[in-house]
Amino acid sequence: MGSPQVVRVGNNTSARLILNTWPLVCAPAYHLVLEGILILWIIRLLFSKTYKLQERSDLTEKEKEDLIEEWQPEPLVPPMSKDHPSLNYDIVTGPPSHKIIVNGKECINFASFNFLGFLDNERVKQKALTSLRRYGVGTCGPRGFYGTFDVHLELEDRLAKFMKTEEAIIYSYGFATIASAIPAYSKRGDIVFVDEAACFSIQKGLQASRSFIKYFKHNDMEDLERLLKEQEIEDQRNPRKARVTRRFIIVEGLYINTADVCPLPDLVKLKYKYKVRIFLEESMSFGVLGEHGRGVTEHFGVNIDDIDLISANMENAVASIGGFCCGRSFVIDHQRLSGQGYCFSASLPPMLAAAAIEALNIMEEDPEIFAILREKCKHVHKALQESPGVKVIGEAYAPALHLQLERSSGSRDTDVKMLRSIVDYCLERQIALTLARYLDKEERFLPPPSIRVVVTIEQTEEDIEKAASCIREAALAILK
Amino acid sequence: MSTKQNMLDKVGSFCVCKIKDVRNGSGNTIMQILIYNNNGLGLYSRPFIESFEETPMLVAVLTYMGYGILTIFGYLRDFLRDWKIERCHVAREREEQRDFVPLYQDFENFYTRNLYMRIRDSWNRPICSVPGAKVDLVERVSPDYNWTFDYTGKVVEGVINMGSYNYLGFAENTGYCADASAEVTMKYGVGVASTRQEMGNLDRHEEMEELVAKFLGVESAMAFGMGFATNSMNIPALTGKGCLILSDELNHASLVLGARLSGSTIRVFKHNNMQSLEKMLRDAIVHGQPRTHRPWKKILILVEGIYSMEGSIVRLPEVIALKKRYRAYLYLDEAHSIGALGPGGRGVVDYFGLDPRDVDVMMGTFTKSFGAAGGYIGGRKELLEYLRSHSHSAVYAASMSPPVVEQIIASMKCIMGEDGTTLGRDRVQQLAENTLYFRRRLTEMGFIIYGNNDSPVVPMMLYMPAKIGAFGREMLKRNIGVVVVGFPATPIIESRARFCISAAHTKDMLDTALSVISEVGDLLQVKYSRHKRLIYDQIQD
Repeated sequence: MGSPQVVRVGNNTSARLILNTWPLVCAPAYHLVLEGILILWIIRLLFSKTYKLQERSDLTEKEKEDLIEEWQPEPLVPPMSKDHPSLNYDIVTGPPSHKIIVNGKECINFASFNFLGFLDNERVKQKALTSLRRYGVGTCGPRGFYGTFDVHLELEDRLAKFMKTEEAIIYSYGFATIASAIPAYSKRGDIVFVDEAACFSIQKGLQASRSFIKYFKHNDMEDLERLLKEQEIEDQRNPRKARVTRRFIIVEGLYINTADVCPLPDLVKLKYKYKVRIFLEESMSFGVLGEHGRGVTEHFGVNIDDIDLISANMENAVASIGGFCCGRSFVIDHQRLSGQGYCFSASLPPMLAAAAIEALNIMEEDPEIFAILREKCKHVHKALQESPGVKVIGEAYAPALHLQLERSSGSRDTDVKMLRSIVDYCLERQIALTLARYLDKEERFLPPPSIRVVVTIEQTEEDIEKAASCIREAALAILK
Repeated sequence: MSTKQNMLDKVGSFCVCKIKDVRNGSGNTIMQILIYNNNGLGLYSRPFIESFEETPMLVAVLTYMGYGILTIFGYLRDFLRDWKIERCHVAREREEQRDFVPLYQDFENFYTRNLYMRIRDSWNRPICSVPGAKVDLVERVSPDYNWTFDYTGKVVEGVINMGSYNYLGFAENTGYCADASAEVTMKYGVGVASTRQEMGNLDRHEEMEELVAKFLGVESAMAFGMGFATNSMNIPALTGKGCLILSDELNHASLVLGARLSGSTIRVFKHNNMQSLEKMLRDAIVHGQPRTHRPWKKILILVEGIYSMEGSIVRLPEVIALKKRYRAYLYLDEAHSIGALGPGGRGVVDYFGLDPRDVDVMMGTFTKSFGAAGGYIGGRKELLEYLRSHSHSAVYAASMSPPVVEQIIASMKCIMGEDGTTLGRDRVQQLAENTLYFRRRLTEMGFIIYGNNDSPVVPMMLYMPAKIGAFGREMLKRNIGVVVVGFPATPIIESRARFCISAAHTKDMLDTALSVISEVGDLLQVKYSRHKRLIYDQIQD
């Protein structure tokens, strides 16, 4: 193109027009052609029909109405047969203490998790009453909004001191404790190694966390090490991802489903070798194992700081309601803003917290009760060994044992029926037992059907003898 | 300021409502008042008045600026902390575990470290008395800007409690309910140590459940130990894969968790918006499951009675009409509305005068209006039989504590009038009067209040981040305890203070509270509302 020339233009519009279009005319031909094609294409697109890329509904209004008319949903709940085993509950009249009245008959209680006998303790009841007279029953709010009472702070303090950790946090429901704690730390993309026998609340916590879950065989450290090695190889393939993927091992101190203890020292070794954090669920072992009742860490002599999080519920040995988590402040403080069951739920009623504090007081004053409980457990374990047709599942010092059939009939329903008849036989003769309950379709690794036998500190030698002989007779009568 | 009545709007294919636009001087709509009354199709037997005034533009801009400044300062402080120029109070990982993968991402905690910490003293305030109309707070001070708290040992007495969920005033340590609970404590003890299906089913539990069923007007009911867990454990028992859950935008965390754990497909409809819900129902039935187009097994609608952050009441007549038309199931979470709404205190179903049998699953909690703890589900017999055997809580969680059960029985009998007094009815009436009075006065003062005129949850907008902390502290200085909420419980610019009215509040207490609120409102300049007249004046048709 030529350099711009100064051309004097008057008020002549046509000259101006020519001047304005001069560059256009001087442009190379391919340029003009290309631009012309683009303009024509734009005009075509503007006038062409638009269509959605999503599901295009070719249905007319009438067809839609017909579909709506025809659609029949399933019933909200499937019909239940009248004799479904879990439909009829055993009714307890009066307090669920050592002598319990089940279905109108007074029995000796071998079914409630009242390990240290605090359900009936006068001191605990008195403290709860004082608290009721001071605070009323409910807290009328979550912890964040005027639902924190000085009793809660005191209980958290006492629990932390008792377990020798920095901090503790209380939940108002035992089930929700570990089920809220796990998703607070383990998110999508993290990896969790769990024992197969983990209880249902751990399974729900894992489901809520959306992490990768890897199950290892129950108490099998080689299987766990194999999984950890595989993960290590994965990590080397993708180190960037490995740097941000958190790893956890979740185990229980005393397993509720199998009544045996986890090999904690081996787990701690694996923890430092493969850099995995350990979460320990101690609902059954808190207040049971260890010289002072501090649980499985005291039992094995493991340093409590090596365990990242200990969670337990206060509904077994402590005989109150609720649960707690304890550990270092670095770990526990996070739950105060991210634990769903803590932030979005009303706090524990203060009288229940006061009862728990009193139970802790008694546990601290009188550490012999743990040794006595262990003696009784050994006694019961031995006494039940001689029952024909049923085998005892669990360690000798575990207070909640399982009695399974030695030979299963092949069908779970029949097994359950047989065990239920043993339980009914014992109830007739004033020994209160219960079937261990599970949600058959929801459990990941459904344990075999069993009877739960719970040892409490209030049971005497005679009670234990009576129960053992009753079970023996029942087994002989029903399983012949 | 002129009001202009819009054309009659069609809501779904059922209800006709009037939407009034309240416009300011320059003709911009600043508020919409939704009014449903008998002139329409008779679905509503009383006027339904909700208002959500729009955020003023200047305030929105200033709020964003405020958060921007806070974020910049947050980065600055993090930088100073990293370089050890400033002392770091944040807890650190153990030395032995330094080379583990970090437990928290730094960014996750940015908000907590830099924004939440500054006003942390507005929350978790410990109390040491009954959470009634007046409460005693444990005094605490912080020497290091809220990183740690010291308890001075003194108690701030007689703080008017506008924060606890004590709608009917049953949080008391004397009286009929407390005496009954005390008796049961000494007789039954405090714990149960077993699950409902094993050895934890007491006769008192069954009695309480029958009473709850009678109270609600349903065939059968079941109670659980925790309200949150009632939702998160029972929704998975009702729906599963292949089912559709239609959940309101602003549903509580427990409903969201329950829906997620169930494994069903979840679709969210706009808050209280019946057109959005109907459209989703139609699309769902017509198109079926995504990609395979198989029909859905069932459709469950999750709504709440009163939404506690907005103060709005669910449009229940329309939801029920939609549910019947499209054969969906309705799950109504009455956590805040049971006891607090309705002439008999029977909840939102009573408030609208509807039949409780139309709601498939009626869920609620005992924490708010009954002064106890726990939750319940009520409905038809088949539903409850199924839940008794398949609910996670019945199989794996300990049953409710006996004194708590007794408190529920006693307070429910009181509300129903079965204890021989009119105390229950008086309280329900007192709550309704208190609510109307409080809301009217606050609107007259010029605050922006969200929600329905009849809801005892009163959110008052603050918007700016600094005002959240300031409002809480100034109110406490003048002996009134309030709850302030910010992000993430609310959208980022819509921080608010939330008042919970109680039947235990006397008119004097409310007047004191109102004058103090007005004083603090003037001090902090939170009287944002751009119309100073009563809303009621606008509705003179």
